[in-house]
Amino acid sequence: MNRFTKTLAAVAVAAATSTAAVANVSDDKIKIGVLADMGGVYSDLCGPGCVTALEMAAEDFGGEVLGAPIEIVSADDQLKADVGSAIVRKWVEDEQVDAVGGLVSSAVTGAATKVLTDAKKIAMISTAASNAFTTASCSPYNVHWTYNVAALANGTVKPMVDSGKKKWFFITADYAFGHALESVATEVIENNGGEVVGVVRAPLATTDFSSYVLQAQASGADVVALANAGADTVNSLKAATEFGLTEMVDVAGLLVFTPAAQAMDPDTAAGMRLTTGFYWDYDDETRAWSNRFKERHGSIPAMGHAGAYSMAMHYFRAVEAAGTDDSDAVMAKMRELKPDDFFARNAYLRADGRMVHDMYYAEIKPADQRRDNDDILNVLSVIPGDQAFAPMLPECNFAD
Amino acid sequence: MKLSKLHIALLLVALVAPFVLYPVFLAKILCFALFACAFNLLLGYVGLLSFGHAAFLGTGGYITGWLMMNANLTPELAILLGTAAAGLLGALYGKLAVKREGIYFAMVTLALAQLIFFVYLQAPFTGGEDGMQGIPRGELFGLIDLSDNLTMYYFVLAVFLFGFWLINRTIHSPFGQVLKAIRENEPRAVSLGYNVNDYKWVAFMISAALAGLAGATKSLVFQLASLTDVHWHMSGEVVLMTLVGGVGTVFGPLLGAGAIVTMQNYLSGGELGNYIHIIMGAIFVICVLAFRGGLVGELQKLVKRNFG
Repeated sequence: MNRFTKTLAAVAVAAATSTAAVANVSDDKIKIGVLADMGGVYSDLCGPGCVTALEMAAEDFGGEVLGAPIEIVSADDQLKADVGSAIVRKWVEDEQVDAVGGLVSSAVTGAATKVLTDAKKIAMISTAASNAFTTASCSPYNVHWTYNVAALANGTVKPMVDSGKKKWFFITADYAFGHALESVATEVIENNGGEVVGVVRAPLATTDFSSYVLQAQASGADVVALANAGADTVNSLKAATEFGLTEMVDVAGLLVFTPAAQAMDPDTAAGMRLTTGFYWDYDDETRAWSNRFKERHGSIPAMGHAGAYSMAMHYFRAVEAAGTDDSDAVMAKMRELKPDDFFARNAYLRADGRMVHDMYYAEIKPADQRRDNDDILNVLSVIPGDQAFAPMLPECNFAD
Repeated sequence: MKLSKLHIALLLVALVAPFVLYPVFLAKILCFALFACAFNLLLGYVGLLSFGHAAFLGTGGYITGWLMMNANLTPELAILLGTAAAGLLGALYGKLAVKREGIYFAMVTLALAQLIFFVYLQAPFTGGEDGMQGIPRGELFGLIDLSDNLTMYYFVLAVFLFGFWLINRTIHSPFGQVLKAIRENEPRAVSLGYNVNDYKWVAFMISAALAGLAGATKSLVFQLASLTDVHWHMSGEVVLMTLVGGVGTVFGPLLGAGAIVTMQNYLSGGELGNYIHIIMGAIFVICVLAFRGGLVGELQKLVKRNFG
């Protein structure tokens, strides 16, 4: 390139950037997609509520970042990996979506994050549980905010094994999330002197759990762990109650979201211990946001909703600080700035994309202690983030 | 096959379309169009209603996906092997299924397809509910990088045209004439000395292999092979596409696939997303009750009545 063409190029670049209405923001918009199960077994965990949460975040941030308006689009993945990846592909390739939030089922999230990483767009994972997104299939564009299976296993399983419940039986959801939860929990059990006496794997959205419960009953375990989520947890617990399993052994829900806890019969669920990334009634700050959410959405927020809001706010802040919506620059700022709001306590975004924050160890309240239908959990203790989440793998360190 | 003005016009549209519409969406239409055309070969020209064609679509996808991820093959070889695998499965299933007729034929194909569904659900190499994710598109003949959507689209178009040509060639060959004879009057075909079951079997194999070709191509387009492709819903969807477009017409399945995929695409994002199955069901009922020839069948009738 000789001097003349260099000058020409510089002039052209200067002209191009100065005519753009909003400097450094692609297509003059910050566009966030919400991909979630909108009508299936996981729709209460994120679904339309996550759209509400992101709309709230956009409004609370003032509706625009760097002068570019924030736009939220959403789609139903129908819990299918192929549907989800096709939607995300269309968003990033054809509709200039800058980041994708929601992301519920680990199977769909796995497919979606692959597309997003290829396109160098940020995956804002609020509700998916698998730890793969920051381990085996980690990516510099994954942000995993609310919780993961390691935190659940460390939070719920360890105290039970320590208290003498050594023999475990798993009823596992038969896909990425269930497998990940089962393997992480198994590791925790075995490292603490317990053993796994049996495993059954039920397909996602099973309605009749009786055969699985009977196998659990015959196994002679001290604890039957439900490595599933959403409506699956509710249905398997129902079956466990009907067959008297809950009277013989402890049933541990490894991933119990508040909507599921709300849907369970208080008599059978009372006393069940669980780990959660957020509880709406924890203190004044959480209550203030949760009441606002409830006013708009009609029900109290699950941890995925609060996580989606908190993450979006952090993303907007990072875009503002970086002065651009370029994914690499925004990711660097997201790691540099400390998230601190009603959701993220003592929090920081690790270089592998894992957001480390305080988790809560809680138990389900019995019926006579509840003041109303929203009063479901008793927070027993706070688990500091560094104890809850597994340490970062060196190969997933994306700090520059 | 002689190229008519219609063929050339459609080809031109297909060549220009990716500059107007999103190429991956168009590639999806072409994959399903090929699938529906393959299915139409059986239903429209032999009169056999297979209710298990998803098995072949899925097999093509899974085998190609696995080869692309593990065997370091170029895409055309992986697609070829995926197609061959679907063809082999079709040979096996066809041998069993053609012994029965009518509803029993449909039930046998459905049962066999459910068998293979559970194999794919449990087999570790398919990834179960997660599907096979992140299949690389690779480089065609080791030269042309397919990761660009536009390049991928033209590759899919070439594959589709090959499949479409092969089906047309089959229909218009003496072999195809015998197939039509079997469809019209099977006892007569038998009495003329044709081994009817062998003819049906070969047609079944061709149809299965082409369905596999569609699945193999689709897995590269989306870089994903999942249970959706082997589920019996998919077998039902291809029946719907063929019926809406027009059974036994050359362009019917193409148009039907286009209509159904477009509908799914636009409905899934909007307010009507939850009602998509109801809407499709209603369309199916209306189609069967009101215009049995499908879109193309009715169009042909209209042309004949007014200009013929």
